[in-house]
Amino acid sequence: MALLEVKNMTHYFGGLRAVYNYNLTIEQGEIRGLIGPNGAGKTTIFNLITGIYKPTEGIITLDGENIVGLQPYQIAAKGIGRTFQNLQLWRHMSVIDHVKLAQYSKIRYGLVGAFFGTPLRHRQEQEIEDRSLELLELVGIRHLADQIVTNLPYGAQRRVEMARALATDPKILFLDEPTVGMNPEELKDMMEIIRRVHEELGLAIFLIEHRMKVVMDLCQRIQTLVFGEVVAEGTPEEIRNNPIVIEAYLGKEIET
Amino acid sequence: MAVVSETIDERTTLWSRMRVWLRKNYGEVPLFAWLVGALVAAIIEMLVGNPFARLIGMPRGPVLFGFLIVLKTPLLIPPAILYNLVIYIFPTLLVARLLGSLSNRIAGWLMDRSVILSTLIHLGLLYATLHIWASFNDYRVLVVKLILLAIMITLSLNVVNGYMGEFSCSHPGFMAMGAYTASILSVVFFVDDSVFGPAILPPVLGQFAFPLILIISGLVASISALLVAVPSFRTRGDYLAIISLAFTFIVKSLIENLEIVGGPRGMRGQPDWATLPVVFVWTMLCVWVINNYVRSTFGKTMNAVRDGEMAANAMTINTRRTKMVTFLFAAFWAGVAGGLLAHVLRYVNPGSFGIQKLAEVLAMVYFGGLNSVVGSIVGAVGFNLLSEALRPLELYKWIIIPIMIILIMIYRPTGLIAFTEFDVKKIIQPRNRDREA
Ligand SMILES: Nc1ncnc2c1ncn2[C@@H]1O[C@H](COP(=O)(O)OP(=O)(O)OP(=O)(O)O)[C@@H](O)[C@H]1O
Ligand SMILES: [Mg+2]
Repeated sequence: MALLEVKNMTHYFGGLRAVYNYNLTIEQGEIRGLIGPNGAGKTTIFNLITGIYKPTEGIITLDGENIVGLQPYQIAAKGIGRTFQNLQLWRHMSVIDHVKLAQYSKIRYGLVGAFFGTPLRHRQEQEIEDRSLELLELVGIRHLADQIVTNLPYGAQRRVEMARALATDPKILFLDEPTVGMNPEELKDMMEIIRRVHEELGLAIFLIEHRMKVVMDLCQRIQTLVFGEVVAEGTPEEIRNNPIVIEAYLGKEIET
Repeated sequence: MAVVSETIDERTTLWSRMRVWLRKNYGEVPLFAWLVGALVAAIIEMLVGNPFARLIGMPRGPVLFGFLIVLKTPLLIPPAILYNLVIYIFPTLLVARLLGSLSNRIAGWLMDRSVILSTLIHLGLLYATLHIWASFNDYRVLVVKLILLAIMITLSLNVVNGYMGEFSCSHPGFMAMGAYTASILSVVFFVDDSVFGPAILPPVLGQFAFPLILIISGLVASISALLVAVPSFRTRGDYLAIISLAFTFIVKSLIENLEIVGGPRGMRGQPDWATLPVVFVWTMLCVWVINNYVRSTFGKTMNAVRDGEMAANAMTINTRRTKMVTFLFAAFWAGVAGGLLAHVLRYVNPGSFGIQKLAEVLAMVYFGGLNSVVGSIVGAVGFNLLSEALRPLELYKWIIIPIMIILIMIYRPTGLIAFTEFDVKKIIQPRNRDREA
């Protein structure tokens, strides 16, 4: 059984058809890429699967279980972690608090613990903190744990997003253009982190990316989206040589 | 321009010189020594306050550090300053300096025993100081009680408006719910009353039932908060401000039209149960519980709601639950504070839970600082002292205070002391540990 399966998903924003008849199957441990020109509907697909929008039509199953109509926090707790294209950090909070909060679904101490500071709470908070530090170590920003996120350089903020998404304990990780706006150095680090996360945590990854090199290097299979429709799907090699893709997407990039 | 910058320079150097001096001589003085110093000052005042005041030309010791006379009789300002220096500041500084190293050892020893024990002893010292200081004068007792209640109310509103970043206007309504619930319960059960008939239970039991009465008052406020929370948090959008404001008005006019509790005339006869120790204990309990909540990962979901609800949802956080829990929690403490207030004043009327109360509470929250326990304490104390000082201006007070709030909003939009964590352990620990280590 596939880990994540989307069947015939279509979505309209009023009269605008943002996604049309979209299909996707992601297996355990796979890295899947999604490319396409600006406004093609890539982020919308993420938002549909993670429950921010409800698809006009279509079926989405995670581990065989239907997740259409669930609240975003429920879908997240079932195992879809994500980062955002334009950073969505909590601006007054420290790095470690970001990672701690994403472990919300693990909290068992309840209101009594929150109000009166029970031993169970202290134990759980300690566990959550330890795990947070591990994850920060994994993405290489442990030394920044106590910083307020808005004081960090851009590359580090991206890593906070990554660590936070990992803290939800996902089965599959959605990354929305994780390298956008990065310089070559930061880009290299981020690709390294994605690889490490994939290997050490054994996660499936669903990656939206504008930079060809990144998708081609990381992904086993790639979909190309144009005006909400998948126009090509295959291995990096096949995508690179697909005339439709070259025309719709790569061609333009080569021109500019 | 040059002149201005020069004077500012001078001031900063004087200020920084004082800071250097303080750090050199008092950098290692722990809270314990300061509390003992304050206690000594309070005892000195009790013993020689009035004679000393007369000696320097004041009729008697100033009620609130001279705040009340600043505007009424400005001529007394110099003696009042002298009084503060001689009675409060010098003894405190002296004792704190003398006890510095000894109290570091005491604080360290207590800390190693148990944080709870150490906290309780510090609170005991604080209470003793307050008690002795307040017993100098009846007016002080009242002011201290009202300030303690203001801390509860400010802090509980800060939870919603500061920590969670919503804008709620329903606190006066919750206080009214609590005040009337508590009043009715005490009067019905423990007082022979012309409206509610003879006491149902022996009045001597009342003291012991009072905590229960207050908890019920808080719960009633919480339940009434559902009326605001359910419609406001169902959908996204800024409905809370308007719905909560409506709630405050509705509660007020409901009570005004309820003859059995006296309508607009209000209700009297609450027993004298809200003594200083009782109010103190409830305030400390409130600060402790709220501080526990805002520092837990569970409670910090409030900050995530404020700083980005979509991201919070994507990180498994049930933001609707956070909003409901937080709102009802805050309402509970407003209700408890209302219940206490009714028993401090031994009188309630609906008029005191209107728009003016709302302005006051909001002022204390935004003046003190959002997202900060210390800020709320500073806001409540500062605002109340200021308000006492401006009392002679009567109605003009309500022009000056809003102007000050506007200025603060312009120059420090989040308030005086915003976005801090209140860590009791750090406050009561000895101050020489890093040097020893
Ligand atoms: N909430 C919304 N309401 C209305 N239209 C929307 C909404 N979100 C996205 N759209 C529209 O849907 C289309 C797809 O947008 P989407 O953000 O998914 O594109 P994208 O492929 O992620 O583009 P980019 O590469 O710029 O991130 C665009 O035309 C956009 O304007
Ligand atoms: Mg996008």
